[in-house]
Amino acid sequence: MTSLLTRKKDRIDELAEHGDSLSRDAFRRLSRNPVAILGAVIVLLFVLVAIFAPLLAPKDPYVRYLIDEVRQNSPLPARDGFPLGADQNGRDVLSRLIVGARQSLIVGVVATLAGLIIGMLLGGVAGAVGGWVDTVLMRFVDILLSVPSLLLAISIAAVFKSANQWTVIAAVSIVSVPIFARLLRGAMLAQRHADHVLAARALGVPERSIVLRHMLPNSLSSVIVQATLTLATSIIDAAALSFLGLGDADPNRAEWGAMLGDAQTYFDIQPSLAIWPALCIIVVALGFTLFGESLREALDPKNRR
Amino acid sequence: MALLEVKDLTVTFGRRGEKPVRAVDGVSFSVEPGQTVGLVGESGCGKSVTSLAIMGLLPKRGVEVGGSAQFEDVDLLKLSTNQMRDRRGRDIGMVFQDPLSSLNPVLPIGKQVTEVLERHRKMHKGEAKAEATDLLTAVGIPDPQRRLKDYPHHLSGGMRQRALIAIALACRPRLLIADEPTTALDVTVQAQILALLERLVDEVGSALILITHDLGVVAGLCDTVNVLYAGKVVENTDRYRLFAQPRHPYTSGLLGSVPRLDAPRGQALTPIRGSVADALPWAEGCAFAPRCDNKIDTCVSSTPQLEPDAESRRLLRCFNPVEKPAVVEEVTQ
Repeated sequence: MTSLLTRKKDRIDELAEHGDSLSRDAFRRLSRNPVAILGAVIVLLFVLVAIFAPLLAPKDPYVRYLIDEVRQNSPLPARDGFPLGADQNGRDVLSRLIVGARQSLIVGVVATLAGLIIGMLLGGVAGAVGGWVDTVLMRFVDILLSVPSLLLAISIAAVFKSANQWTVIAAVSIVSVPIFARLLRGAMLAQRHADHVLAARALGVPERSIVLRHMLPNSLSSVIVQATLTLATSIIDAAALSFLGLGDADPNRAEWGAMLGDAQTYFDIQPSLAIWPALCIIVVALGFTLFGESLREALDPKNRR
Repeated sequence: MALLEVKDLTVTFGRRGEKPVRAVDGVSFSVEPGQTVGLVGESGCGKSVTSLAIMGLLPKRGVEVGGSAQFEDVDLLKLSTNQMRDRRGRDIGMVFQDPLSSLNPVLPIGKQVTEVLERHRKMHKGEAKAEATDLLTAVGIPDPQRRLKDYPHHLSGGMRQRALIAIALACRPRLLIADEPTTALDVTVQAQILALLERLVDEVGSALILITHDLGVVAGLCDTVNVLYAGKVVENTDRYRLFAQPRHPYTSGLLGSVPRLDAPRGQALTPIRGSVADALPWAEGCAFAPRCDNKIDTCVSSTPQLEPDAESRRLLRCFNPVEKPAVVEEVTQ
C-alpha cells in the first residue's frame, strides 16, 4: 500500500518535473498525430533516398545501357535488371528516379533556405523598424507578389542565358521571398503591440533585445510552418521549370521534371515513363504538405493547454 | 520632498483628419517615498494612460504629452528615449494587468528575471541566477530553482503575477506602478497578491501607484486616493475620509455600486447611470453632469476646478458635492 502511494507520488513528481519547452511540447503533439507521422515518414524516406542515392541506385543513371535496343522500339518496359524499364536513351529509369530525388532535395532545400533568409530579412526589418522603411520594403514585396508565382519563376529563369541548377534555385527562391517577408512582418507587427513587449519595454530592455529576444522568437512559428510547405511548392516549381525546358541545360541530368517532360513524346508507347516521376513529385510534395500542416496545428497556441 | 510630482499631465491622442481625443486632462498628484497612492476610476477614465505617460511608454506618433512628472530631480517627460530606458525597471518598475500575456511565452521565467538584473544591476550570469532564485522565493513561488526553467504557460495565473512582481521589483525600484495587478485573477488569489505587494513594497521601501477600479483594493492598500473621471482628478483624499464621506457625486456613486456586507439584506445596488461615453467635454462644464444626480445649473455652464475643501480636508472638483454619504453610515477601519 505504502509502496503504491510512494510510486504514485514519484510519478506525479516526475510529471511535474518536466519544464517542457515549446518545441518539446509541439514535438509531443506531432508524434501523436497519424497524419504528421505519415508526412514525416515520407519526408524522411525522401531525404534518406536523396542522401544515399549513389549507393541505392542499382545502375549508373547516365549510362545508355540499352541504347541499341531503344533505337528500334523506343522506351523499353520493365525487364530483368531494369525494374521500371528504360527511357528513350536506354538508361535505367529506377536509377534516374533515385538520383533525381537528390536533385529535387538540393533544389528544394537551397531554394527554400534562400527564400527564407531573404524574406525574413525583408520582413523582419520592415516589421521591426516600421514607418517608411516598412512601406518601401512592403511595396517591393507586393510587386513580387502581384505576379503569379510560376509565371514569375519562368520569367526569372528565362532571364538567365545559360540555365543550370543555380538559375533554377534562384528563380524558385525569389518566388518564395514575398511569402516569408509578409508572414514575418505581419507577425512582428502583431508582436510589437503585445503585452509582453510592452512589459519588456517597461523594464528598460533595449530595443535591439526586444526585437531579437522578444518579438522575433514569438513570430517564428508561422514562418517555420511556411518553410515546410514552401519546400513542397519549391520542389514542384523546380520540376515545372525543368518540364518547361527552363531547367538545367544538361540533357543527361536526372531530374524528375525533365524526365516527365521527355516522357511526353512517348506517352502512347510507354506511359509508365511519365507516371513514375509524376508519382515521385506528388508523393514528396504531399509528404511535405502533410507534415507542414500538422506542424501548423501543433504549433498553434490555441491547441496549447 | 515628493518622490514623484505629476503636474498638469495631459495626454492627447491625435489622428490625421480626426478630432484629437484628450485622454488625460491636467492630472496632478504627488507620491511621497514609501507611500501608496491609488488612481481610481471606471474604464476609460485615463488611469492606465496616466501611468504609461509617466513611464514614457506611449507611442511617439499621434500622441501629445504635456505637463510634467518630476521624479526626484528630473522631469521624466523631458528625458530622452535612452535616458528613460535606463530608468525604467531600475528606478520605476511596473506590473501589468494581465499576467498571462505580460510574460514572454518563449522565454523561461528565469531568463526574464535575469534579463533585468544583468542589464540594470550589471550582474553576471551566476550572480543573477542566484538573485533570481531569491526573488522568486520572496514572492512566494515554491521550488524556485525548478520554476526558473519553467515557461510562463506552466504557471498558474497567480504564480505568473508573482513572477511579474518579482521581475518588477528585481532592481528595487523606488517607485512601482501596478496597473490593475489583480483584475485578471480570482478573488482568493487577489487577496494573496495584494498582501504580497503590500509586504514587498514595505520591505523594499518603494512607493506604489496602484491603478484600479476595485474600491476593495483601494480600501485595503492606499494611503491617498485620486478619483479620476474623464481624464481629470475629481476628488483626492486619504482612504478613510474617502470611504467615510465621499463628497464627489461620482465617488459616492462608485461606493454605492459596490456590494457591502453591512447593507440591509435584499437592498439593491445603486449603479451610476449611463457610461463614461456620455461625458461632456470639460471645457463646457462638468464632465460628470449628464450622469449626476446632484446636478445644478452651474454644472453645465462652467467648469469646476479642483479646489481644497477645508471642511472635509480634501481636494474636490464639484459645485454641488454630496453632503451626506450615500450608503456609508460609519467608518469601518
